[in-house]
Amino acid sequence: MDSSVLKFKKSDYIVPVFTLLLSAGVFLFAGSPLYAGSAGDTVKVYVDGEEYAAFPLNEERDIIIKGYAGLDNHLVIKDGEADIVDAHCPDKLCVHQKRISRNRETIVCLPNRVVIEIEGKSEGEVDAVSR
Amino acid sequence: MTAYLAMSVALGMMLSYVEAMLPVFFGVPGMKPGLSNILVVFLLYTLGWKAAIAVNILRIILTGILFGNPFSIAYSLSGALVSFVIMILLRKTSRFSVYGVSMAGGVFHNVGQIIIAMILVENYRIILYLPPLLLCGCLTGFLVAFLAAAILKRIGHIFND
Repeated sequence: MDSSVLKFKKSDYIVPVFTLLLSAGVFLFAGSPLYAGSAGDTVKVYVDGEEYAAFPLNEERDIIIKGYAGLDNHLVIKDGEADIVDAHCPDKLCVHQKRISRNRETIVCLPNRVVIEIEGKSEGEVDAVSR
Repeated sequence: MTAYLAMSVALGMMLSYVEAMLPVFFGVPGMKPGLSNILVVFLLYTLGWKAAIAVNILRIILTGILFGNPFSIAYSLSGALVSFVIMILLRKTSRFSVYGVSMAGGVFHNVGQIIIAMILVENYRIILYLPPLLLCGCLTGFLVAFLAAAILKRIGHIFND
């Protein structure tokens, strides 16, 4: 092994620069801060890509979602925020994800293929503004 | 050689175990330091890519059986394979140091995982998790390279015979 490979080279800068460009590209392509920052009003629940249920964000609710793997996700809507408080999946990553209330925010449970997504009713207008 | 590989798998499993005990960072799922990548990078530069990929696949399957589930194995493998192909290719160009190779590995690990996740949940918006994951992957890739380089400098020659 040539010991020069152990030292940071100039060409290594390509990687962080590429990363920054790719991140910025994805960010601009998939959602601008304006868009994501606007308040949402509907909580949509998808299981395996299909719409499972939709709830208004301003009403308190306590729902058990039956996911793809037959496991449960416990969704609580309270104080204008949606949160998964408990789940039967082994890693509980969905429980650890932060509460969502803003347009386009999501909570994802991969083993159960459950996606919780916030939508706003004025989506079209916000979209026009952010462009 | 076989003894080194078995020892590497055991070490990799320990690193995965330590990592599994760390909390989830900033509410972004999948954001983690990638400690076992220190081992992968080390093996890539000593015993070669075949050893590195064999050890990594074994480690993922064994840790998955012990502490995870079939899903965590599938996600880990998809990320690890994409990351591995990129690391081998960048190393082959010999234009990059261990830093460039490891950072690219960290970044593409996340790319692979998000692609698999998007296919499975059929929701393209989770791609919004990608920018923070990419930046984190680049940073942890740098730290992994720093540690791997330090280890390579001291004991790399033993493995290189």
